[in-house]
Amino acid sequence: MNNMKTRKAKLDIKSGRVNLTHGAGGRAMNDLIEVIFKDAFDNDFLAQGNDQSAFDVGDGRMVMSTDGYVITPLFFPGGDIGSLAVHGTVNDVALSGAKPLYLSAGFIIEEGFPLADLKRIVDSMGAASRAAGVPIITGDTKVVNKGMADGVFITTAGVGVVPKGLELSGDKARVGDKIIVSGTLGDHGVAVMSKRENLSFEVEIESDSAALHTLIADMVAGHGAALRCMRDPTRGGLAATLNELAEQSNVGMCIREADVPLKPQVVAACELLGLDPLNVANEGKLIAIVAPEAADDLVALMRAHPLGRDAAVIGDVVADERNFVRMKTAFGGERMVDWLSGEQLPRIC
Amino acid sequence: MKYVDEFRNGQLGAKIAASIRAEADPKRHYSFMEFCGGHTHAISRYGIADMLPDNVHMIHGPGCPVCVLPVGRIDQAIELAARENVTLCTYGDLMRVPASKRRSLLQAKADGSDIRMVYSTLDALKIAEQEPERRVVFFAIGFETTTPPTALAIKVAAKKKLKNFSVFCNHVLTPAAIQNILESPDVRELGTVQLDGFVGPAHVSTVIGTQPYEYFAEEFHSPVVVAGFEPLDMIQAILMLVRQVNAGTNVVENEFSRAVKRHGNEHAKRDVADVFELRKTFEWRGLGEVPYSALRIKDSYAQFDAERLFSMAYVPTPDNPACDCGAILRGVKKPTDCKLFGTACTPDTPMGSCMVSSEGSCAAHWTYGRFRDEDKADKNKARA
Repeated sequence: MNNMKTRKAKLDIKSGRVNLTHGAGGRAMNDLIEVIFKDAFDNDFLAQGNDQSAFDVGDGRMVMSTDGYVITPLFFPGGDIGSLAVHGTVNDVALSGAKPLYLSAGFIIEEGFPLADLKRIVDSMGAASRAAGVPIITGDTKVVNKGMADGVFITTAGVGVVPKGLELSGDKARVGDKIIVSGTLGDHGVAVMSKRENLSFEVEIESDSAALHTLIADMVAGHGAALRCMRDPTRGGLAATLNELAEQSNVGMCIREADVPLKPQVVAACELLGLDPLNVANEGKLIAIVAPEAADDLVALMRAHPLGRDAAVIGDVVADERNFVRMKTAFGGERMVDWLSGEQLPRIC
Repeated sequence: MKYVDEFRNGQLGAKIAASIRAEADPKRHYSFMEFCGGHTHAISRYGIADMLPDNVHMIHGPGCPVCVLPVGRIDQAIELAARENVTLCTYGDLMRVPASKRRSLLQAKADGSDIRMVYSTLDALKIAEQEPERRVVFFAIGFETTTPPTALAIKVAAKKKLKNFSVFCNHVLTPAAIQNILESPDVRELGTVQLDGFVGPAHVSTVIGTQPYEYFAEEFHSPVVVAGFEPLDMIQAILMLVRQVNAGTNVVENEFSRAVKRHGNEHAKRDVADVFELRKTFEWRGLGEVPYSALRIKDSYAQFDAERLFSMAYVPTPDNPACDCGAILRGVKKPTDCKLFGTACTPDTPMGSCMVSSEGSCAAHWTYGRFRDEDKADKNKARA
């Protein structure tokens, strides 16, 4: 090991490509880790150079979550697979009301993947992790033969601790509760799709990819007792999330189309692509089901946070044994907001 | 969104709905067919049925190109895609349509056929240019709106002397189908379907104009309003039909005057006439054989006609006998009348074509409107 540390790692970042030796456990793999991962993720845990990291846990219940990221394209307006892999898992942990503490990261890289792209992704991941204050404390890289993966796949896992007394769960929605969204819907899915379809708009649509844990911390601190459950409307969008919660809690939901926050350029892109923004994925938004008396206060509190500027109450939890999610249309009628059938946009996260 | 939001204005919609309630004669029933699946989708998506009085009723018509394509044609496409070096290009919503022997294009693709989803005919043309070793076939479906792009693609292919591009043509015609419905025994003799008027699709009329409807509006005493696909267009068209019925007139009116002219788009019609000619007859799912209701490629463009190039033979295939798509497409039955609706047949597991395409009346009702049936069931239960 010692002579490896003194030896200068050789890696042609500018025009080099990942090859099978970079995953073979030898010197080349060490070079890859030294040059690309070490500085980007730099923290005391990784610096110890072990195959695992040990850490102390405070009071409360531990939360753990994991997610795989296989998005195409790897770089999209407002983010890339690296930042997404941090934000997505931080959010999954935080939506339980937990303070996210640590992340792990696993990479599956396709042979021939440009080192420059890998570096860009890993740097972005490191930056996202530092910005969130949630370090990546253990990781793994594998290289697979060309054609066995699509560029790079990333899996992250995260752990966190939920404060004592807070027990959010999807089965806790009660008739009369209010449904809150933290901001405009559909931005991520449309940003990815417009990149794929080469659509251009006067205003570029950026993904909303963001770590929501500080917004969630504000909500927990301000009105923790009023929170029934929170979820991020990723794949399947708002429609899928509300249907999930309705089934889990055995209730119905009724939302008002006029109150659902949407960016005009997202509405326009959905119109062109034939998508319903309610089915389109988000990566920096949350849905909260809350006790009715605290709803307005919570929205005001969320609006004070940069990631909750457009927060709004969009509807109510109603009694319905069939667990239907319904919507008063802005035009004056009513319709169901159903689960999506089939795939609307493949591989968006 | 400018130029769209104006046509989704709820306050204006409420005003028009109030006019419909005020003007519809409570002593009679009004039954109109929106021919096009796009209209069916708009009615469901915006909840327009909620805004109509009980005696104004919309019947969903057969104007969904995926829905009316008979199973035999999908079978042909699947067989074609399995041939050597063939790349079949198709619109995404055809992929899941069930064919015979539990097959579908999606399954055929998984089994190894080269089937690719495209957004337009020109995408298929591009594939043919980029991959000269493949025999690229575009699976063309659709009404008059999608016919000019296919005609254009064939003309471009001819100009570029492309040898590896052809079209499996399934283009069908709106006026012929409407006339077939009006002539059907359900409407004429049995009276099982009351039809007081039609809403015609505006996009079709941007190409063919409103003139082709004039003959049967007069002949069958059936008013027609050609309307756009925004909710205000739709509800305005319903008001116009109510007024025609009240006044006893049977004329073709143009609600979509912002883009539709009486004679349509002469340029597009010329391109279509250059490349296509009428088929003597064509099988429609639900309607059966309908004379002069579809197009085929002219002799002068025979080298781009997949049916001739690959000597494709059509074998009619009966529908699943439990599926009521046929009757639903003719307006004789509602989606909820079908035994399979919502049980064996849902958008995730479609048995019939009306459930596959999002424009099919079964899919539209399942996705957007099924809470109403259950509400009715609840009310009936409460009454009992």
